Order: sequence, then structure tokens, then C-alpha cells
Amino acid sequence: MPKDKIETVLDKKGINRAITRISHEILERNNGAESLVIIGILTRGADIAKRIASKIKEIEGVDIPVGLMDINLYRDDVHQKLDQPIIQRTEIHFDVVDRNLILVDDVLYTGRTIRAALDQIVDFGRPRSIQLAVIIDRGHRELPIRPDYVGKNIPTSKDDRVMVKLSERDEDDSVLIEKSGLKADDTTPAKIKDKVKKTKAKPKKRKGGKTK
Amino acid sequence: MKLQSRHLLGLEGVSADEISLILDTAVSFREIIERPIKKVPTLRGITVLNLFYEPSTRTKISFELAEKRLSADTITFTKAMSSVKKGETLKDTVRNIEAMKINMVVVRHGSSGVPYFLTQCMDSNIINAGDGSHEHPTQALLDMFTIRQKYGKLKGLRVVLIGDVKHSRVVRSNIWGLKTMGCSVAVCGPSTLQPYEVEKFGVDVYTDLDEALDGADVVNIMRIQLERQQSGFLATQREYTNLFGVTAERLKLLNKNFTIMHPGPMNRGVEITPEVADGKSSVVLEQVTNGQAVRMAVLYLLSGKREEEE
Amino acid sequence: MKKQAYDLVIKDGRVIDPALGFGHVAHLFIKDGKIAKIENDNISSRKKIDFMPDENVIDAAGKIVMPGLIDMHVHLREPGREDEETIVSGCQAAAAGGFTTVCCMPNTDPAIDNQETVKFVLSRAEMADARVYVVGAVSKMLKGEELSEIGDLVKAGAVAISDDGGYVQNPQLMRNALEYASMFNIPIISHAEDDFLCKDGVMNESFQSTRLGMKGRPAVGEVIAVLRDIKLCELVGGRLHIAHVSTAGAVEAIRMAKADGVDVTAEVCPQHFCLTDDMIGEKFDTNLRVNPPIRTKADIDAIIKGLVDGTIDCIASDHAPHAEEEKDVEFDQAPPGMIGLQTTVGLVKTYLIDKGYLSWADAIRKMTRNPARILNLPVGTLKVDSPADITIIDSDKKWTVKKTDFRSKSKNSPFVGWKLSGKVSHTILGGRVVYSDK
Ligand SMILES: [Zn+2]
Ligand SMILES: [Zn+2]
Repeated sequence: MPKDKIETVLDKKGINRAITRISHEILERNNGAESLVIIGILTRGADIAKRIASKIKEIEGVDIPVGLMDINLYRDDVHQKLDQPIIQRTEIHFDVVDRNLILVDDVLYTGRTIRAALDQIVDFGRPRSIQLAVIIDRGHRELPIRPDYVGKNIPTSKDDRVMVKLSERDEDDSVLIEKSGLKADDTTPAKIKDKVKKTKAKPKKRKGGKTK
Repeated sequence: MKLQSRHLLGLEGVSADEISLILDTAVSFREIIERPIKKVPTLRGITVLNLFYEPSTRTKISFELAEKRLSADTITFTKAMSSVKKGETLKDTVRNIEAMKINMVVVRHGSSGVPYFLTQCMDSNIINAGDGSHEHPTQALLDMFTIRQKYGKLKGLRVVLIGDVKHSRVVRSNIWGLKTMGCSVAVCGPSTLQPYEVEKFGVDVYTDLDEALDGADVVNIMRIQLERQQSGFLATQREYTNLFGVTAERLKLLNKNFTIMHPGPMNRGVEITPEVADGKSSVVLEQVTNGQAVRMAVLYLLSGKREEEE
Repeated sequence: MKKQAYDLVIKDGRVIDPALGFGHVAHLFIKDGKIAKIENDNISSRKKIDFMPDENVIDAAGKIVMPGLIDMHVHLREPGREDEETIVSGCQAAAAGGFTTVCCMPNTDPAIDNQETVKFVLSRAEMADARVYVVGAVSKMLKGEELSEIGDLVKAGAVAISDDGGYVQNPQLMRNALEYASMFNIPIISHAEDDFLCKDGVMNESFQSTRLGMKGRPAVGEVIAVLRDIKLCELVGGRLHIAHVSTAGAVEAIRMAKADGVDVTAEVCPQHFCLTDDMIGEKFDTNLRVNPPIRTKADIDAIIKGLVDGTIDCIASDHAPHAEEEKDVEFDQAPPGMIGLQTTVGLVKTYLIDKGYLSWADAIRKMTRNPARILNLPVGTLKVDSPADITIIDSDKKWTVKKTDFRSKSKNSPFVGWKLSGKVSHTILGGRVVYSDK
């Protein structure tokens, strides 16, 4: 089996540019910052949410409320695991009712995390709209979910690992992709299913960044 | 970090890391209780049986709410011990109920060791909600949660447990938990209500309330069962109150920023004066709210945990 | 056809009979259900053996041949709880455990407090695989209120009286019983645990009971009960036998009483020299629930010292069968008691002989001669013309206690799975082989 190859997809500047662009797009689409609240999915989605909020403050001079959300309690696979994931604290100290809510995550993949987040938001109230911002969209959706703001689209194989590193908790800002080394014809549905099952049974330890 | 066992039978032998994990998780659940919709879908499809062989309003309600807030299906089975003696055995009862496909059991029973007994005759995750005078781990966990919430730590604090040490499962679980978390623990009560060789728990033992309170941070006052009088453990309620009742006057002996706790239900004017119970240092109601969060955390962490396959 | 000189011979075994002071390799000849002779190995004895058909010869080479063992404390549950044990099944267990004689306690239903019940038990025992002697009740229905008809009981065959299962709490009644029983020269067997101190207790009072939050039975509950009985015995005479001694304090009390010349004897059970109370918290095994409770290492040490210096006269099992469904419950709801007939020999060998505390001769004395003397039984020796009750033990055979091997109707033993040394090879009752291993 060929050795896994790691590529840099975005560097520090690239991430910064993506956040700046997303912030502008958000303001444009929502006619300014008045109605906005922003909620980031823990942990790195929350870091990005804070960066977007401060970028918006830079641009518009407005403080928009930022919330953090742990979606583990809303996952649809909790019963399949032996040990439950550690729950971090969800902090939403504002009313979401009738606001335009920007939901932020680092990587959009199957869409299941976003589904969980949407369910959780609804339990906090009924926003006017929910819009999704992500740094990376790597495809392979399993649910009818699409992002409203994307930093970068990256075509990936299901077995690739995408790692977002942020200076808040990693050495530096970057987005890396670790290629699985599989050939194109290895990605037949049956084999993929097999692989996915395997990784589910024994989740890899997350090291030096989050994989999605 | 994860829990070592798929059951919570007691706090004896549970490590500091495990206790911290439960308390940390409970912090997250504590926030859910403050939400407009106090419910998460996490335990959808999980059925929890509350098996209460002893009357208990508080613990039962607290567990039921915790389960409902996690979207579990719950059934509650209460049975007086007296009727149990005549009817079918505990083993038959639980096996019958388990055949209805339940996943977790919360059990309260008058006999020490019943939660362990259930692990031997059922496949469900077992949570001890109080067995005889043995352990009541979730009560001790919520007590520790409440202490940690106020002081930001447990290590180094001086905690005094007052009352009927001999018959109290709350005291035993508190001793195990607090000692593991690095607290200095003292017990205080009439010598008739101190069990044999209680000092072997590694606690300081007092029969003089003033000595026990001196320099303490946290005072956890146990309910005194008034029927102990009949068994000859106590002379009169009046004498108990004089000797061991916690009054505002006595609080002066405590450290600054002290805390008053009581697992309830309180006998106001017996073990605690209303002034102390309702004073600004009392966290009695906070304990009740925290109880739900801690029980949610325990249910969550144990749910789905199966026998480790080798 | 020529009548054979002997019915059975046990050859080449190491014959140990403390009553005879005998302890070397010899041949044992049996005729008409009685011991005919013991002969050393020589040409003449060899010749006798050679004349006998093979099926009448038991080769005991490398094994120990002893008088049939006596278990002076068992519960056979009949009449009343034939689902737990019958006289026949209990005697089968006895035979498999090497016991040719058992003394059954009167706490049956109805209690053995009258002549009729004594006769009933003895009639049921006629065809059984062990001799059964009856212990009658001290008080009517074991209630501790009025004396039973002790004279009648003795006439019907009772060899002692006891309210076992409970203490004769009323000291006046105990005094009367000692005085009354002394007319018939039978001992009173005392289950010495003070009711008030031990009320509702389910295990030894110690840090273990504190830790588990269980109601304790304090050691002092036994010590006080023993001391009171000793003092009453000292006052009025009579013979006192303390059943199942479990505490260091009781051993010491008995030692001092003996030194003072009080007519007191005592027995211990394997659970009180093999088990400690810290085992209870491991699995809440209800088979560990027994009265008096299993105690501490210090108590075991004192009991062993008492066995060694003769303070403790006998080893008995206190075989107490209980139905599985009654034991498979909450710890404090389970009835106290454990079976012991088939594990006693192995536990004595493994925990007393192998550890060097007792010799085989010491152990045999405590299970033959001493109980026979205390209860005036015509058994427990290999003396010529005594009943041919013989136990042969394969002294070094290792074995594992298995539930399926129990012949008792009940299986409530905490020793299941234990690896023991010393297994009964043959049990012979009145010249009839009632048990042989494999
Ligand atoms: Zn007894
Ligand atoms: Zn007995």
C-alpha cells in the first residue's frame, strides 16, 4: 500500500482570506449585521465563528452575539459507541428567535453534524433563518444539506482525512489533507461501506487537528 | 477518559478521573436544564426502568426528570418491601421486566448489595439510587458537584458530615468520593450512630459538634430519622437538637465562605434551624437542581456501554 | 460352601485411631458388620488376605484408614423441609463426605421437642447411609419459654439437647435446662449468640459491616453468651457444649473455663477457620451468610490456637441446607447457613493439616473420639467388636469442589470452585461400603 500523502490545502493567509470573504458575503446577504447571531460548532467551528464575528466587527463596527454549541447529544450514532463522547459546554446566552442565525463549522462532510446542530438550534427557539458557513466543503453528503458560505471546495475520497488547524489550539493555521492512497477503482460503494464500518468500530485517535 | 464499569454501583473504587469526568459532563447538562426546551434527544430508543423498593420522592423524581430530559423511555416500578417478601423474588421480578427489553435500571432498595445482585441477573446497565445503608453514589456526586461549583475545586476542602453516620448511605458515598477527590473529611454524630471502626474510612470522627465545625468549609447535614429513638440509639429529639442541631450561632466556628448542605428532606428545627437552612450559605435548593444534571451525566455516560469484548 | 472367615478387609492402609492410640500401616478385618481384628503386615495376615476374593478386599495403600467420622452438628430438615434435605439425602451427603455418624439438630418443623418426632427421625434413618443420632430441643417449639420433655426425649434416643438456630436467651431457663439435663447425663449444646446484641445482624460487626452498611453481629454477642452459659454451668453443674465457636473471645472464655474445671466442651466449623468477612463485599454471596457469621483473620488465628491446644474439642460442619430460591436473593433476605458435609474433610486437610496446625491424628480425634465421648456414642473407634464404621481418605488427592458432586438436596456452599487436598476414598457403615470415590 502506498504511503499516505499529506498536502496543504489552505495556509494561514488562505484561511484568513476565506474568513474575510465569508464575512463580507454574510453582511451582504443579510443587509448588514443588525439581525445576525452566530453559533459555532465546538471546537474548531466555534473558533471560526469567533473569527468571523470579529471580522464583522472590523467591517461594520457591530458586536454580534456569538454562541458555542456541542452537538454530541444530538448525534444519531451515540448508541453505536461503547463510550460516549465527552460533552463540552454549550453556551448560547442570547435569544435566537427571529434572528438570522449563522451556523459555523470547519469542515462540511456527510452533513450529519449539521443535522444535529439544526435540531439543537430549534430547541432554543425559532430563528428567522439559519445559514451555514464552513471553511471546507469536502463533499460526500449523506443528507440534503448545503452550505451558504464556503471557504474552499475540495474534492476528496471518503478515506481521505481533512484536518483543520487553528492557532487557537494548534501550532498554526492551515488546512491539510491526508490522501488515503487508494486508487480510483477502490472507491466502489461496497468497499467504501466496508471501510466506513471499520473506522466506526474503532475511531482513530484525533491528533494534531480534527478530522472530518 | 472513560468510565471503567458499565454500572454505577457505588463510589468506592471509582477513580478521581472518573469522578471528574462525571462532574465535567454534568456541567454541560446543567446548562441544558436552563434552556427553554430542557430536553435533548440523546437517549432516544433507550428504555430506563426505575425500580424503587423504598419510598423516595426526591430521588425518583430527579431520575425520572433526568431520563425524560435525555429523551429516554422510562417506566417506574415501586413496590413496598413488605409486599415483596410474600410475592415473587427480586430476581424473578427483574428478569420479567427485562424481558420487556429495557436497557438501564435505576434501583433503590433497602438491602445492601442489591445493585450488584442485579448485575448478576440482568444485562442492563445498573445505576444505584441507594442500597440499604451501603451507597448512594449519585447523591454524593451531586454534593461534590455543588461544592465544586461554588469553590471551583474539591481538593483541600474540609467537609464535615453530620448526623446518623451508621445508617447513612449518603455519608458512605460522600466519604469515598470526597476522599478520592482530595478533601479532608470528618464525620460527627452521636456515638451510638457511628458505625464500628468508622475511623478506618480515613475520616476524623467527632461526637462534639463544635469541635467538628471548627475550621470546616462545607457542612453536610444528614436527616435524622426520628424512629431511631425507639431503637435506643437516641434519648430524645430535644437532646439530639441540643447536641447536634446546626444553629446560626455555631456557624461562627466555620471558615469564611462556608457552605451548608442537606440531602433532604429536612427536619427543620431538629438537625438544622430554619435560619441556617434558608441562610445565604445554604445551597440546599441548588443541590436539587444539580442532582438532575449529575444524573443526566451518569445516564449519558453509561448508556450503550456494554460488556467490553475482548 | 465354606463360610468366609471375614466379610471385608482393608489392606495396607495407614490406620489411625486416636481412641486406640494406633497409627501405623495395618490390615483391618471386618466380620458381621463389626471390626474383627487389626493386624500388622506379616506372613499370617497376608495369607488371610490372599484367601479372600478380590471384591472383598479394599486396597488402602497410601491412604489413611480411620474410624468412621462423626459430624455432631447437622441440620437434616426432615420433617418439614424435605425439599431442602431429607434424612436419606443428608446421610448420602454424609457418606460422600466421610461421615458415618451425624447428629441432627431439632429445628425442624415440627421441632424435635417430643418423643414422637425423635422416633420418626430415627425410623427414617434406619435404612440411610449414615447413623443418625438426634439432638432434642431444650424448649418446647424452640421458643425459649418452657422446657421440653427432656426425659422423654432421652428415653426415645436423644443424645443431647439444643435450641440451635438461636440462643436460650432466658438465663433462668438455661439454668433449669442445665440442671434438668444433668439428671440424664446429656450435654446441652448452646448456639451462643445474644439475641439483643445480634438482632437483625447479617454479618460480623467490623469495618466490613461498616463499609457495606450492613447490620452487624458483634463478636461480643457470642462472648457474652458463652460466658453466661459457662457461669451457669459452673453454678449448677451439668454439661455444656458450645456449638460453632467463631470468635477469639469465645475461645479464650472456654479455655479459662476448662482451666477452672467447668465441664464445657466446644466445636468449630470449617467456615470459621477458612472464611473471613471481607469476602462478603466481593460478590454479596448469600452462601457466606451464616450464624454465627464468618469473622476475621484474628479470630481464625485464635480458633486454630484453640484447636491446637485442645480448647476446641470437635470439628463439625453445621451442615445447613437451604433451597436455591431462598438463597438467590438480597443478602440480608437470605436465610443463614451453608452445607458442609462434603467439604469438611477437604477443608480440614487443606487448612489445618497441610498448614501444619494439626496432625491427622489430632484432626481424627476431633471428629471421632471427642464427639463420641461428649455424646456417649458407641462409635468413633476401630476397637475390636465396635461397629465397622470406617472412613478411608486419600490424603494427598487434589480435587475441586463441584456443585454437581453434592449429594445434598441443597447446594448452598461458598466453597464451590475451591481447590482442596484430601478426598474421601471409601466410607464404610457397619461393614457396608456406602461410598467409594469414582
Ligand atoms: Zn447454630
Ligand atoms: Zn446449627
